[in-house]
Amino acid sequence: MPPTTNTAATSLHSETVSHDESKDLAAFSCPVPLPARERILLGHGSGGKLSAELLKEVFLPALGNPILNRLDDQAIVSIDGARLAITTDSFVVKPLFFRGGDIGSLAVHGTINDLAMGGADPLWLSAAFILEEGLPLDTLRRVVTSMHQAAANAGVQIITGDTKVVEKGSADGLFINTSGIGRVRENVSLSASQARPGDAILVSGYLGDHGIAILAEREGLQFETQVNSDSAALHTLVVRLLEATPEVRCLRDPTRGGLSSTLNEISASSQVGMELEETAIPIREEVRGACEMLGLDPLYVANEGKLVAIVAPSAAQAALRALQSHPTGKDAAMIGRVTREHPRMVVMRTPLGTTRIVDMLAGDQLPRIC
Amino acid sequence: MKYLDEYRDARIARALAAEIRRRSTRPWVLMEICGGQTHTLMRYGIDELLDDSVQLVHGPGCPVCVTPLETIDRAIALARRADVTLLSYGDMLRVPGSETDLFHVKAEGGDIRVVYSPADAVQFARSRPGRKVVFFAIGFETTAPAHAMAVLQAERLDLTNFSLLVSHVLVPPAIRTLLRSPRNCVQGFIAPGHVCTVVGCREYEDLVREFRVPIVVGGFEPVDLLEAIRMLVIQLEEGRAEVENQYVRSVQYEGNRPAQEAIARVFEISDRKWRGIGSISVSGLRLREEYAAFDAERIFELADVCAEEPAECISAEVLLGHKKPTDCTAFGTRCTPDKPLGAPMVSSEGACAAYYQYRRHLVTL
Repeated sequence: MPPTTNTAATSLHSETVSHDESKDLAAFSCPVPLPARERILLGHGSGGKLSAELLKEVFLPALGNPILNRLDDQAIVSIDGARLAITTDSFVVKPLFFRGGDIGSLAVHGTINDLAMGGADPLWLSAAFILEEGLPLDTLRRVVTSMHQAAANAGVQIITGDTKVVEKGSADGLFINTSGIGRVRENVSLSASQARPGDAILVSGYLGDHGIAILAEREGLQFETQVNSDSAALHTLVVRLLEATPEVRCLRDPTRGGLSSTLNEISASSQVGMELEETAIPIREEVRGACEMLGLDPLYVANEGKLVAIVAPSAAQAALRALQSHPTGKDAAMIGRVTREHPRMVVMRTPLGTTRIVDMLAGDQLPRIC
Repeated sequence: MKYLDEYRDARIARALAAEIRRRSTRPWVLMEICGGQTHTLMRYGIDELLDDSVQLVHGPGCPVCVTPLETIDRAIALARRADVTLLSYGDMLRVPGSETDLFHVKAEGGDIRVVYSPADAVQFARSRPGRKVVFFAIGFETTAPAHAMAVLQAERLDLTNFSLLVSHVLVPPAIRTLLRSPRNCVQGFIAPGHVCTVVGCREYEDLVREFRVPIVVGGFEPVDLLEAIRMLVIQLEEGRAEVENQYVRSVQYEGNRPAQEAIARVFEISDRKWRGIGSISVSGLRLREEYAAFDAERIFELADVCAEEPAECISAEVLLGHKKPTDCTAFGTRCTPDKPLGAPMVSSEGACAAYYQYRRHLVTL
């Protein structure tokens, strides 16, 4: 959440302490009913329906403000004429090391990508560590070295940080939070609320690699696969795209909840429908196979180095070529269109020519994927 | 994917659908038994492809859906015990019991873990001798051999901390109940391919003789199901009623003998309750007396945990094919996968959830 929300929360709090108890309750009473579920479930962290419910029923009533309420992956604020993007993300992935990355590189890439999806050039990151008593120092060294490499490769610096240690059993090895700040490029304004009927839907490459790479290493699930996590910084790909066409409406990285959650969010935010072509969606053979075996739909599996772009119809081909001209986007594809029909619903044309809904994830069977 | 994409081939699927439309002189009412088959029909929009040339109704073959409410309550009671670790297939965690579900019990501190295989559950019990490890063994004939093997393995390892909470149901008695119903309208069945891989086709011969209804053992991919539907339509148009096997790449007439022997050694046939339907005689499996030491119901004395199902849900009508999920007034409004009223909305293989997940853009709520 952006710093502005902290300010809002603080002032709310200081305001209420001076009131009597009944007024306190009134001040905090939410416009929506309290959630019926009285405890946090793993599904609340899925990025799907339960996460959305938590935002709507707990966070926004207490912390909401015009900047936060946009619910994009980053807050955009203006200071002295400069537009800044601010974002934060926590990483709890299990295991800490996996094919194609680790929690350290993931924490750097994830936050860079959230800035990049706002059209910002990432400048600086913070890093905060929650360490479990007993964590081998060597593990921490490996993670921090990986963070340094990822940041250096992306041309950003980690300029502030924090460390906390909790008793053994109170955390699982190591959790990381990173925040980031970036400068939004001139004349760029991206938001999930800007998709319009007719727009093209593009993805920058193969979907589902990260989730499958993680699952392959989970206890009880070990299966052999050559799939690497796609964990990567996307800001140079975004620059390539934005320089090719000014008509990009929205960028998102389909992390938790996968492509389906991202597209459902955009369609809800923009009050439009979407129609996808199933055969056009790039999914590796190995990922399809693993999903088949595990009973998963690759459209719900997490990515950490892919973006979804919603682009004006006239710019679709130029945007696709721009993505494909960049090493990180060489397998980019146009996968569908924004429609006026069935608003807030993502529908997919199957290989048989019939249609089906691509819904938002209801529960979560794959916790701690990032 | 080799051996899979061929069965999703659009050209073959469209040709089969065209043949079904051409051959069908009236909208025959056909039922697929298995939830996996329902899921495929909905996911690929096969109903759309067939254009009302046949009417597809959906059977009771989602094991998650038909697991009785009181069995869920018993699993919840076990998971709340400080000395028990409950191991389960992931799907079961969201299924609502009378008051809560296993996800919430887990959030309250219950030691509940998801495993993919009963063999993993045995290994888990072996590695934690101090814990009472209960595996929630649900399913049709398909999962029964693996559960039987888990018990045999635990016996071989002399494990005293491993047990099963069994909720095993059998397909043929359910079909028989359905066919005996005066309201039955189903004229042909797609039998569940994976169940028949284990038990073979013999039991279905009895049903065909008794009720003169065609049964085709079918697979789970779009082309499998379209071919099975075509075979049923041809039988119906020709006035035949036979057992035929579409899923020949997996099912042999006699089934899998070693698997059947493992089931027979560990389990015996018993009456079972089906969620949404009620009690059906000789429709399930329970652990034999010799394996009582592995029976969580006996070890933990769970018989007191009973539950009555809420009346508002029409799941019985849906599970028996009398009604479609969209006939329910609560469908998609008061009952969604997120907040299910009844069992068929819970698992992605349940008929209501499959309709909701894939087809609700075609119905007006």
